[in-house]
Amino acid sequence: MNNKKQCSFDVERRGGEVELILHGEIDHHCAVRVRTDMDRLLLEEHPRKAILDLSHIDFMDSSGLGLIMGRYALMQRLGGELTLRNPNPRIVKIFELAGLGRMVKIEESPKEEQA
Amino acid sequence: MKSENRMEKPSMTKVRELNEMKLRLPSLSVNESVARATVAAFCAQLDPGATELADIKCAVSEAVTNSIVHAYKDTVGMIYITVGLYEDRRVRIEIRDRGCGIEDVRMARQPLYTTDAEGERSGMGFTVMESFCDKVRVVSKWGKGTTVTLFKQLERRE
Repeated sequence: MNNKKQCSFDVERRGGEVELILHGEIDHHCAVRVRTDMDRLLLEEHPRKAILDLSHIDFMDSSGLGLIMGRYALMQRLGGELTLRNPNPRIVKIFELAGLGRMVKIEESPKEEQA
Repeated sequence: MKSENRMEKPSMTKVRELNEMKLRLPSLSVNESVARATVAAFCAQLDPGATELADIKCAVSEAVTNSIVHAYKDTVGMIYITVGLYEDRRVRIEIRDRGCGIEDVRMARQPLYTTDAEGERSGMGFTVMESFCDKVRVVSKWGKGTTVTLFKQLERRE
């Protein structure tokens, strides 16, 4: 039920960069699974830069904030960096409420530009 | 006259309720999306704006997640949701559980406060509810359960 809305992500690689393109709704239910899958990938590949593409996210609550900040911390531990691509204004607002508005790098560039 | 003065919210009692929904869901995390989607579908009859509807979905998701993650931590219990829609375009959403209760509500409502250090909870649940609703009421009894009531005043539509 509701499988289309379940959060999942696709992976694209460019040099030392890994793009994680998220789809669906990020809540606590899916965050646990997505976190495990992402961490496995990041720990295996040690990318220099990870980009979380949020262009296709329809819904996110504070569980998404935990998910993103957890990956941010992991990338720092691995000596890399994490960037958010195209977070919608609601997502940015949740970051600002937590006082983390300036902590994570945000880029607005459309994906096609780099293709 | 005296009794009128003692009424806490006279304006609230006078406004006619248009419709009401009751929803009962076990505290399974899959029901987080069920709860927010169902409440949003019910609220849609007031023709809310897209932002207002997204606000409601997010706040409901936070409250229900709290019941699942904290109130019924390692157990499964029932979550009772009541939604009231009022003539003045106010929405009232009550989310009640019979879980462990909150020891210190004031503390729990602080931004970034969480009792779940290892689980990657951001501690922002109540802050998000407060930010996306007009009023959030939390009544909790340690060992008995918690009731969170969200109030949202929708804008007038022409």
